Amino acid sequence: MRLTINGKSHEVDVDPTTPLLWVIREQVGLTGTKYGCGIAQCGACTVHVNGLPVRSCSIPVSAVSGAKITTIEGLASGKTLHKVQKAWLDHDVPQCGYCQSGMIMAVAALLKSNPNPSDADIDAAITNICRCGTFQQVREAIHMAAKAA
Amino acid sequence: MTAMPKFTRRSFLISSAAVGGGLALGLRLPPFGPAVVRAADGSPEITVWVAIRPDNTTLIRAVRAEMGQGTITGLAQLIAEELDCDWSKVTIEYPTPGESVARKRAWGEFSTGGSRGIRQSNEYVRKGGAAARMMLVQAAANQWKVPAAECTASASVITHKPSGRKTTYGKVAEAAARLDQPKDVPLKDPKTWKIAGKPLKRLDTAKKVNGTMIYGMDLKMPGMLNAAVKDCPVFGGKVKSFDAGRVSAMTGVRKVVQVGDSGVAVIADTWWNAKTALEQLPVVWDEGPNAKISSADIAEVLKAGLDAEQAFVGNQAGDAKNALAGAAKRIEAVYSYPFQNHACMEPMNATVRYTPERCEMWGPTQNGEGAFAQVLEASGLSADKVDVHNVMLGGGFGRRGTYPDDYVRQAVLIAKQMPGTPVKMIWSREEDMAHGKYHPVMQCKFTGGLDASGNLTGLHMRLSGQSILASVRPEVIQAQKGRDPLSFQGVFESGEHSFGYTVPNLLIDHAMRNTHVPPGFWRGVNINQNAVFIESFMDELAEAAGQDPLEFRRKLMAKHPRNLGVLNAVANRIGWTKPAPKGVYRGLAQMKAFDSFVAAACEISVQGGNKVKVHRIVAATDPGYAVNPAQIERQVAGSFVYGLSALFFQECTVKDGRIEQTNFHQYNSMRIAQMPKVETILMPTGGTVWGGIGEPTICVAAPAVLNAFAKATGRRIRSVPLKNHGIELV
Repeated sequence: MRLTINGKSHEVDVDPTTPLLWVIREQVGLTGTKYGCGIAQCGACTVHVNGLPVRSCSIPVSAVSGAKITTIEGLASGKTLHKVQKAWLDHDVPQCGYCQSGMIMAVAALLKSNPNPSDADIDAAITNICRCGTFQQVREAIHMAAKAA
Repeated sequence: MTAMPKFTRRSFLISSAAVGGGLALGLRLPPFGPAVVRAADGSPEITVWVAIRPDNTTLIRAVRAEMGQGTITGLAQLIAEELDCDWSKVTIEYPTPGESVARKRAWGEFSTGGSRGIRQSNEYVRKGGAAARMMLVQAAANQWKVPAAECTASASVITHKPSGRKTTYGKVAEAAARLDQPKDVPLKDPKTWKIAGKPLKRLDTAKKVNGTMIYGMDLKMPGMLNAAVKDCPVFGGKVKSFDAGRVSAMTGVRKVVQVGDSGVAVIADTWWNAKTALEQLPVVWDEGPNAKISSADIAEVLKAGLDAEQAFVGNQAGDAKNALAGAAKRIEAVYSYPFQNHACMEPMNATVRYTPERCEMWGPTQNGEGAFAQVLEASGLSADKVDVHNVMLGGGFGRRGTYPDDYVRQAVLIAKQMPGTPVKMIWSREEDMAHGKYHPVMQCKFTGGLDASGNLTGLHMRLSGQSILASVRPEVIQAQKGRDPLSFQGVFESGEHSFGYTVPNLLIDHAMRNTHVPPGFWRGVNINQNAVFIESFMDELAEAAGQDPLEFRRKLMAKHPRNLGVLNAVANRIGWTKPAPKGVYRGLAQMKAFDSFVAAACEISVQGGNKVKVHRIVAATDPGYAVNPAQIERQVAGSFVYGLSALFFQECTVKDGRIEQTNFHQYNSMRIAQMPKVETILMPTGGTVWGGIGEPTICVAAPAVLNAFAKATGRRIRSVPLKNHGIELV
């Protein structure tokens, strides 16, 4: 099966029912996308499929053949961080950081569809679990990223 | 009281290893006489905490674990402060437990629990930085043939004041490393700090925003295989048999193995293949004597303890029983607190490579030395053949730091059956939920007595429930003649968790009732339930006395000025004496924990009697000293996510001897929509004792909200979690 991840084409030989998460992590070798629950509850595995946020633990790889997949490793443009990554860095958002790949991907997708989200928009769109409890900084950094050009 | 008493078994192992070892396992120790010890990259070590590179950058050593709490950045700030180095040129190096053992535990404790990371190593790491500065300055002075007292250091540059000559740490490091360490090492007055005490950015953020930070889960090694493991779902059960033949031909499967006497694992090329095969593996369990136990059975046992005659005393004054008998008004209440799982975002995992000559573990641990002892024990090898390499933890919260380290042991036992091949063992979330080291279950019965003027004249607080130390440090229980001093965290007679009220006739005792469910240190440990109990009951007493809960507390706090300080701070900021906005209700709570004083006041509203919105929380902390205010603020805000998730959603129930909840859909955690605005008041008051940060605030989250809820609805909730009462967090 052929997958396009972060602009690169990958040929993978896996059972088509394998979740996209484990293909990304174990076949393609990109480990920035995290396993947290395996049942689409926590969002640590969020990637973009054709620009939309998807919880990759719960979608079979066969469903995304031919799609354009972006992981946390492909969010920046070369050395230029995505504005969400930059806001995260400037505002020192992550604590342990394990959930933050998924959080950043979810927020990047939100800002693409809604460049200046209200708090209520954020509440509705961002449902990722963070056990360290970075939510206060996440919210502040989303508003910072929205203000950034 | 010592919160985490000396771990004698590990101490024995470590010290015997130190005697027998003597090898530098990575650091290059000189073979003869006084010479230079070098870091891995060859740069000279000045003290064990500091190595300086020729390019004038600084390598700071850290052995405490980073799990998001910011400890490494804080410790580096303390060392850099005393070293007077250039903060922008600091990098961190992590000596291994094996290296430390070989150098007679040169880096001290690795264990990172009990909010000890900074508070209990601050002095020796600061001295390590200050001694290095003195040696570097001395080396420059020797070169210039001037008195060291005429030289100053700043940002890794040394200046001879009278002549204006300058040199760098990098240039004199080789000479400094050859000097004897000074014995008398004065430390700076914290009031003069320029690096420590400042809200500096964390050192580890860049890799956390682009996916390059490596957690245990992400490790890759040449030839590595992956293992999925399942332990008997009933605690105390064993493997009777399993049919490996049924899965050995499945995709990627290399081997099916038994793990100890209670687990099975599938080793495969990928973890997904290992997990898929494990789910198909037929296993017959011997579920043992606990196979029929349920939560109701456990609750009955604890309930009986509430009135049992025998109990261990943790705090006593006057004659509580007499005072209660003669009280004008007696108030009784029974509370309970459930088992809870840590639910770290990163499930348990460890990667081990074993050969009969060497066994090494790479993985997340809060206690490198504990994991080292575990690898030593499980591998059966001697200390010079074992090491542990810690990586960034995807959350810890106390789960990853208790010897025996169940998951480390499993990984070694699996790798031993694949000699020479690194095997990465990962628990599924379901396995992580099924095999936690759970927050202990506890019930509490209060009897309070008021005199005719509403003064609290007597109080009996009877705890009944599980002891963590009885399970993980039985030698402490033995030394305490059966008592678990840790059960009294926050209400103890003295020490880092001492009670913050003076009650003339007081009895706080604990009927120990242990269960087959393994307990562990869950962020905050026993302050969580003790704060819910005592701070809720304080409000109940105040109500019975017809008094304002703040005023009622204040009368009992004259001898507890720092408790009172934080309580007053949150009351003032929330506007306690002014009317709340319409439909908004307030609650507060305070506690001393891990030598810090914390208080919270909250504002909530309740729709339809059960939909709780927490609008605002004011939290005050007096930790004595604040090393990084920005990171403290983040720990405090995050504490409400952990604490309120526990209050509203989290309970692990037992049925047929096993935990019923399997994943986040049954064990929920707060989302951003439910996050209140948290305002942090950081008010360090100095003194000789440094307090912790990572845990204390957790415990005031729940009682502050419970007290506000009682005010809003007239309903006093006495058991956690609130979902069992039909109450939601919105």
